[in-house]
Amino acid sequence: MAVEPDLKIELGKQGVFVTTLNELYNWGRRNSVWPMQFGLACCAIEMIATTMARYDLARFGAEVFRPSPRQADLMIISGTVTKKMAPQVVRLYNQMAEPRYVIAMGACAISGGPFKQGYNVLKGIDRYIPVDVHIPGCPPRPEALIHAFMTLQKKIEAQPLTGEARPRHLNAEAQGEFPVPVPSAHDLNPPVNRLVWPLPAPNPGESA
Amino acid sequence: MKTSEQVLSELLAAMPEVKVSLLVNPSASAQHSLLVASEDALRVAAYLRDQLGYDYCSNVTGVDWLDKETTEKRKTSRIVLKQVDGVEQSVEETVEETVKRVDPGYLEAVYHLFSMKHGPTDPHPPLVIRMRTGNRSDAVELPSLTPVWRSAEFQEREIFDLYGIVFRGHRDLRRLLMWDEFEDHPMRRDYVDPDDYEYEPTPHDDVLKRAEQQRLQAAQGGAL
Repeated sequence: MAVEPDLKIELGKQGVFVTTLNELYNWGRRNSVWPMQFGLACCAIEMIATTMARYDLARFGAEVFRPSPRQADLMIISGTVTKKMAPQVVRLYNQMAEPRYVIAMGACAISGGPFKQGYNVLKGIDRYIPVDVHIPGCPPRPEALIHAFMTLQKKIEAQPLTGEARPRHLNAEAQGEFPVPVPSAHDLNPPVNRLVWPLPAPNPGESA
Repeated sequence: MKTSEQVLSELLAAMPEVKVSLLVNPSASAQHSLLVASEDALRVAAYLRDQLGYDYCSNVTGVDWLDKETTEKRKTSRIVLKQVDGVEQSVEETVEETVKRVDPGYLEAVYHLFSMKHGPTDPHPPLVIRMRTGNRSDAVELPSLTPVWRSAEFQEREIFDLYGIVFRGHRDLRRLLMWDEFEDHPMRRDYVDPDDYEYEPTPHDDVLKRAEQQRLQAAQGGAL
């Protein structure tokens, strides 16, 4: 149950701070999202620039890039995911502790980008793991990454702690581990995880 | 500056028994290349490096030539029995017939050579040599030129990976770019992509048909 904004301001004027557990909990979570130190291609250069003094991602609470997936909250897929690399990306994601989030950065990470028609590039990492924010661009500017980060913060802020829409780490039945694709004779096996990348729904007009 | 023809004549003067021929490039660049028989390749390469100063192999690449079918029309004359004015006579007749000819395909490895030793004053121009395999399926072996030019090592691995040429005498012939379990050779002309079809948010027409097909397959227990 949220506090009415007007009431909150009125009480604040009287020196009384009112909040809810939900708000406090998400306030803490969204201001300390540590990304994983992990770059795949040229987008990683922009990601590095984002962390440096001019753009300074530390302003948003993401000052430490953790070298271990066990200590990271956010995976920034920065660049082309080749089919040879995809199993390792999924495995790293599986090794991260909940709550965990994914930003797919750049055209390659969201769809394969200029290499979409190729034989060796995965056509979007969202075929294997759930992605929270997609940023287009080739590569996206640091401002775009900051925008994605702020979008993620808004998403975390809006998450309720109970009910159907609660985050995965508060839902014991939610899927925690995602199948790692196996390199095989012609393609990755399976070529897509249908739980996160379902077939398009049949048209509402048709009886299917 | 000497041309590829001159390099060829120097080569043949020193080793008259090797099978090397000039492959003419008819385009404006006129960058001709030398076609070397695979059994003589190592000797020729060593001679090019040690005697003619081609000490740097900058690039190795592959080419896939498919079977080429050519049809040509030929006019032949033959004697035919015919009824002329009620009497049977043998008449010479000109017939046009089409002849089909299939040139078998092959794989080709192309080496680009330069001379670092002589630098810009080099009397020998950049040189291109080629080797061809017997066919595209079972006779795909070529001698590796890594004993002569070390820089060819990774590039020969790449050709092995993408074109499927097997380099005899290569010290470490593994796939370079694709994973070890992979069986195809993606740069071959007849390579077929895996069907990782992308759906639009609102599929229609052909895309919708594909989606329906895959949904049916999934319902029957298929992978996709």
